[in-house]
Amino acid sequence: MIEVHRLVKRFGPKVILRGVEFRVVPGEFVALLGPNGAGKTTFLRILSSLARPTLGDVRISGYALPGQASAVRQRLGVVSHQPLLYGDLTAEENLRFYGRMYAITDLDQRVHAILDLVGLANRRRDLVRTFSRGMAQRLSIGRSVLHDPEVLLLDEPYTGLDQDACDMLDGVLRQVTSRGRTVVMTSHDLVRAANLASRFDVLSRGVILASVARQALHQDGLLTFYREALQ
Amino acid sequence: MNVRSQVEKIPAHPAASSIPFRHYFQAIGAVVWKDLVAEMRSRELLSGMLVFSLLVILIFNFALELDAATRVSVTAGVLWVTFTFAGTLGLNRSMAVEKDNGCLDGLLLAPVDRSVIYFAKVIANLVFILLVAAIVLPLYSILYNVNLFNLGLIWVIFLGAVGYVSVGTLLASMAVQARTRDILLPILLFPIVIPLLVAAVKASSGFLQGLELAAIQPWLTLLVVYDVIFTAVAFMVFDYVVEE
Repeated sequence: MIEVHRLVKRFGPKVILRGVEFRVVPGEFVALLGPNGAGKTTFLRILSSLARPTLGDVRISGYALPGQASAVRQRLGVVSHQPLLYGDLTAEENLRFYGRMYAITDLDQRVHAILDLVGLANRRRDLVRTFSRGMAQRLSIGRSVLHDPEVLLLDEPYTGLDQDACDMLDGVLRQVTSRGRTVVMTSHDLVRAANLASRFDVLSRGVILASVARQALHQDGLLTFYREALQ
Repeated sequence: MNVRSQVEKIPAHPAASSIPFRHYFQAIGAVVWKDLVAEMRSRELLSGMLVFSLLVILIFNFALELDAATRVSVTAGVLWVTFTFAGTLGLNRSMAVEKDNGCLDGLLLAPVDRSVIYFAKVIANLVFILLVAAIVLPLYSILYNVNLFNLGLIWVIFLGAVGYVSVGTLLASMAVQARTRDILLPILLFPIVIPLLVAAVKASSGFLQGLELAAIQPWLTLLVVYDVIFTAVAFMVFDYVVEE
């Protein structure tokens, strides 16, 4: 469960978020759409406890941010623009390192399962700096679900992925949501968002301008909804 | 392999309060292990610090044509100038590695107290600076014909290095957020470590000149007090420093 109430974020005189209201129930998959500079990344950074809200109330799984950030982080998986991986460690070592940070108990099994899941089992002993952008992103996705998070936050996760990797990510996201996990994903790819999400929110000029459930989308689809929301 | 079956093997999340205290130390160990393994492979940080240190002592060797008596009196100063400048290179690099691939965010997202990151970085930086000292001391002894194998001096180097990396790691975490981080760190760091350097140079000099322990004791006390105070301050403010 994610609950955001009157969220404001300022960087000096610049106001990025102007009273965002946002609520996601467990198992929901929300695609957060919006033009460049709309504040989507800032919003996700606040949800992931990487940035402090200037004003407003943010709760994830009942825990308030920033006060109970550690409890929130235990329940979060994050995929960002950057892979958050160490180039001088192998794929397996990267996962083991993050597994130890999350105090995962059956780490051996889990690391092997995740490497299989993201299709990097045969590259497990290769240094990440030898990986292509797409492979690093695959591993980053594996890193984000390593501790089986309740909430998965994804910031443009399809950037740099080839078709196979995109399909792999689709599969991971479907698995995650089928287990009642919550997903919030920013994306410019309306087609992918339309295929996966159960709800679509448009963030622009620092507020959520419109929100629609998949079932309530008109026949002419997501693109029309998105354009109308931005007008 | 079926993804769902894999995911279900993971136990439910423990509440934050039930995470064992030992997880704190395991997480510190994980970050230190990661830094050491990465450095063993890349050797970017250590090689830079070592080459720089050797160049500094070589330059001093040629620039200061010293007689035997004066050599002993300037040794402490030359050594600490070398460690200070080389240490700055290492501190900058150790945080830049985290920032460059967004790995700092990865660390900040981990469900551990953020002081884990601070203490782990302090330990890793301390290992690097002590390794450099372990290589520089024998070379300095040969070049300057001064005996540096003195337990008191080694103790002072340890205490000075602890204080230096305690403050330096905190300030490097601040400076790494700025575009001008390479310039910013020494500007922030050097004024703050002046008391530490004065104490370290005086204590080192005292041991090398064979002074009584009573004469050196005030400087050793200052080093210990500096280490304790700045480690405590860094522990308290690190969370705010690394957040946006």
